[in-house]
Amino acid sequence: MSKQINFRRLKDLVTSRLMLGATIFASLLVVLIAVGLFQKSLPILSLKSLPELIFSSAWYPVKGQFGFWPFIVGTFSVTVLAMVLAIPLCILTSIYLAEYAPGWARNTVKPAIDLLAGIPSVVFGLCGILVLIPIVREFAAIFGVTTNGYNMLTGGIVLAIMVFPVIISISEEVIRNVPHGMREVPLALGSTKWQATKLVVMRGALPGIIAAVILGFSRAFGETMAVLMVVGNVAKIPSSIFDPVYPLAPLIANNYGEMMSIPLYDSALLFAALILLFIVFLFNIGASYIMVKVQNNYAT
Amino acid sequence: MRLSAKKTEENIFKVLMITSTGVVVGSLLMVFAVVLIKGAPAMSLSMITSVPQGGYYLGKGGGILNAIVGSLYLAFGATILALLLALPVALYLQKDYIGKSRFARVVRFSLDVLWGVPSIVYGVFGFIIMLYLGIRASLLGGIFVLALLELPIMIRAMDEVIKMVPQELKEASYATGANRLETVSRVVLRQVSPGIVSAVILAFGRGIGDAASILFTAGYTDRLPHSLLDPVASLPLAVFFQISTPFPEVQQRAYASALVLLIIVLALSILSRTIAKRYTKYIIR
Repeated sequence: MSKQINFRRLKDLVTSRLMLGATIFASLLVVLIAVGLFQKSLPILSLKSLPELIFSSAWYPVKGQFGFWPFIVGTFSVTVLAMVLAIPLCILTSIYLAEYAPGWARNTVKPAIDLLAGIPSVVFGLCGILVLIPIVREFAAIFGVTTNGYNMLTGGIVLAIMVFPVIISISEEVIRNVPHGMREVPLALGSTKWQATKLVVMRGALPGIIAAVILGFSRAFGETMAVLMVVGNVAKIPSSIFDPVYPLAPLIANNYGEMMSIPLYDSALLFAALILLFIVFLFNIGASYIMVKVQNNYAT
Repeated sequence: MRLSAKKTEENIFKVLMITSTGVVVGSLLMVFAVVLIKGAPAMSLSMITSVPQGGYYLGKGGGILNAIVGSLYLAFGATILALLLALPVALYLQKDYIGKSRFARVVRFSLDVLWGVPSIVYGVFGFIIMLYLGIRASLLGGIFVLALLELPIMIRAMDEVIKMVPQELKEASYATGANRLETVSRVVLRQVSPGIVSAVILAFGRGIGDAASILFTAGYTDRLPHSLLDPVASLPLAVFFQISTPFPEVQQRAYASALVLLIIVLALSILSRTIAKRYTKYIIR
């Protein structure tokens, strides 16, 4: 009898240790990635100073000059443009779905938006090439700009569509989770539904919506294939939204694996990956800090 | 007067909200419509049953079977590998094991970060590891990298469903003298099995659609893979490579590849949803 109990205990103990092992491995993975990338970017970091790498615009790998500034500007500008397009649309849609939409509309639109989240990024890129590029070309012509359509605006629109599901699914949930009583107060005082939403519900939901936007930003920031297919990939600082840009992720995708003959190129591209990882990490810290605060607010 | 002002504001915003929702849903429909309109005419039986023939990249005969088979191999391998690691982690995150300790918070946070890591970074990291181990771009490399990419997606989805298991149910099990392992394997897992399956399908769908992570690690070939160390083609990369050629016949194949990929992804997504919904009726609440 006691032997059997021991055997059962032993099984519990062994499996729980194995699970602990798996958990430690999974949580160290991100550290492992960071350390791996850092170690591989050491050759370039030991030769050049960090400010020179980041703020120099001279990108001539053959001459050993690696200035990431055009790529960093490219990444941020296309991502910010995408967010400018996406944020108002996403917030209005989330409010509509959470507060106004009739049941049937909500029950069709929400799953449809979730489907959008699963569409592979090359498919978005393909649609960008087929649909958006001609439209953007025509649109630019209105302003007297001649472009082949492969530019920042096209990239921004594609990215905006890609972050819709990220932002909407989180912010819709946050808005719906605002306690019902909070809406009833302004309504009882004679406000319209929109006033109650704007003045009370949105105030309660704001931190959660900010977290959703940060996550959307970080998703767009590292997006590779769809952007690569439509932004034109010219390593120059853009002066308008009709200029081509060259973000970091496409830079890596286009050149990694075939740059072994140029010294330091390999290291430079891994440094680019490290920058991406670092920024995504910062955004995640921000978003989860806000989300933890939100949860605590509702808990008390 | 005042009343009508706030009514007008209400109406303006209602119109804006409905328009925004229309734009969001419209962009989704646009994606489907474009892929369908462009992909359907390019579809044929030989497209999905044959591998590229000679002169394929100049517009001669052949199909995308290499990419379809390659993608399925990659995604199946990666999903199995990810599942082996994700399930124990997801179970370990629960109250029965580490619960709400500081360690649990650190683990959850690092998994969140992992979830946000861009797929290109996984690709680059995978390539470093493969160089270190001396593996060339191959099915094995692709499976390994996609498994890393799927891992946080799977753990998060599983964690969400396992968290929902009622505490009373577990307590009932503990009260009969069962230990943690017995409770988890015979009560909790049975309760959440539909949720686990739908998490696995979700991760599979993400894995099969990702291109940036396998760009350097899986390679591309016109042949079907015969061993884990052979390079392997994949649907997302088939779309990517073939759309950038100047030949319309080859671009047709990009559309066909995109259509096949989209159909697979949508079917998986709907399947995962149905499983999650339908089988919940056998679950004790």
